Amino acid sequence: MSQNSCSNDVNDDEQRSRRRTAFPNILLLLPYIALLWVPFYNDVKPSLFGFPFFYWYQLLWVPLTSVIIFIVYKAGK
Amino acid sequence: MPTTFNLTASIVFLGFFALVTIVGFMAARWKSGDLTQLHEWGLGGRQFGTLITWFLIGGDFYTAYTVIAVPALVYAVGAYGFFALPYTIIVYPFVFMVMPKLWEACHKDNHITAADFVQGVYGGKWFAAAIALTGITATMPYIALQLVGMQVVIRSLGISGEIPLVIAFLVLAFYTYTSGIRAPAMIAFVKDIMIYIVVIAAVCLIPSKLGGYASVFSAADHYFAIKGGMTGVTLKPAQFLAYGSLALGSAMAAFMYPHTMTAILSSSGVAAIRKNAILLPAYTLLLGLIALMGYMAIAAGIKVTNSSEIVPALFARIFPSWFLGFAAAAIAIAALVPAAIMSIGAANLFTRNLWKPLVNSAITPAQEAGTAKLVSLLVKFGALAFVVFLPTKFAIDLQLLGGVWVLQTFPAIVFSLYTRSLKLPALFAGWLAGIVCGTSLAFIQDLKPIFALNIAGNTYPIYIGLIALAVNLALMFAISAMMSAAQLTKSPAVPA
Repeated sequence: MSQNSCSNDVNDDEQRSRRRTAFPNILLLLPYIALLWVPFYNDVKPSLFGFPFFYWYQLLWVPLTSVIIFIVYKAGK
Repeated sequence: MPTTFNLTASIVFLGFFALVTIVGFMAARWKSGDLTQLHEWGLGGRQFGTLITWFLIGGDFYTAYTVIAVPALVYAVGAYGFFALPYTIIVYPFVFMVMPKLWEACHKDNHITAADFVQGVYGGKWFAAAIALTGITATMPYIALQLVGMQVVIRSLGISGEIPLVIAFLVLAFYTYTSGIRAPAMIAFVKDIMIYIVVIAAVCLIPSKLGGYASVFSAADHYFAIKGGMTGVTLKPAQFLAYGSLALGSAMAAFMYPHTMTAILSSSGVAAIRKNAILLPAYTLLLGLIALMGYMAIAAGIKVTNSSEIVPALFARIFPSWFLGFAAAAIAIAALVPAAIMSIGAANLFTRNLWKPLVNSAITPAQEAGTAKLVSLLVKFGALAFVVFLPTKFAIDLQLLGGVWVLQTFPAIVFSLYTRSLKLPALFAGWLAGIVCGTSLAFIQDLKPIFALNIAGNTYPIYIGLIALAVNLALMFAISAMMSAAQLTKSPAVPA
């Protein structure tokens, strides 16, 4: 197998999947924005079930991230 | 810590340990394959579906050391120790997008390691060897730390000395030798279920004994107010960048390690990996709850000389003896799974990317598997010697450096999936610059993960691994661009 045909395959695949899933893929950036912008959630209030905001906000992003990846997965099938 | 021998707990502990030993040796016959082939011994024949992969990566990525070290850090400094949570969340969109591509590329050409893949794309043997060496060096102290985790729980049963650790390790070494990755895959089922039971019991039972979560957090808040410094139940503004960059850098490095890579490559396909990116965050939820044990220990008024004893000390305080034995067994078994996969990943790298290309290129497939089995033993004995003869701090420092180093292989492994325009010498130079820069910065900081960059009079405390990666990338793109412009070398896209 020549390397040229290999890189063409990669490009075809990429273009096809990009056309099909470009929009939902952007959703995958949400957890990065939500969790890496630390000042946004570095607070005690509002608390929930005794958990300061800092903790329940980050814990909440665990299921949210699962759901986002699930949506992207379904959209890409 | 109770130093008196706890008979009930020890019996329960031994019972479960014996159970997984049997499971480990039986695993050789599971989903049977020809164990004299490296892809069978080292990747289980690439036939693990969604469920097995979920248990395997869960058992492999959320290690015993995590269970011990994360609450210990939260106990010591508070919110800052919680960075493990965003880290193990943002890793999954990355796993979802990138790892299926890598699996496909590796499956097509029977690549067993990340270094195999790099070698397949760029040819040559020295850069692949460098990638392999990086992975092995980063993994060794990680295995040692699993043993440290095991040592801590064995001591919590009131059993002293190194002999129990040595025995546990011999058992691990021999069933990995016999069964390959099938052993940790099967044991991971037992381990993960046990850890889930322990953590659910802990998070339900402990706060009710301590007056609910609100009082646990307020006890921690009070404790840190007295302790002062960079501690607290929320972050100090000066910690924001450090927290975020540690989470991001750790997430980027996480699946470049040989053990996580091995678990990904042993899955049955792209669909299993994608579904796992959706399902694996369940373990992150568990990790978040485990991290909070640091605060529960504060609220329970537990004092320890070494913060790594915090989890077993909390368990000993709260749980009845039999359940302490169960919990200790869960953590000890949680050390066995990653230790086995790490040694397999390191052995695969050594055999495929160091021994075969540099020493014995005429090696047969059966000899290849034989070498890997032997190396998996050597790697584990090396890690054992590490723990028994050297101070624990040495393993912790090396593990920190290992994270910085393994992150420097990210461009070669990940970028190569998306572009063929990078040049081998550029990647090599970037890797070297990243390793040198990261190691120097770490030593300047007395082996702390954060370096305060001074830019235009402002200080930016950032994870050293990311600073080194920035140097790596800048050099790599600069040299690649210069080489493309000058057409100095043949492009790797030209068939040899």
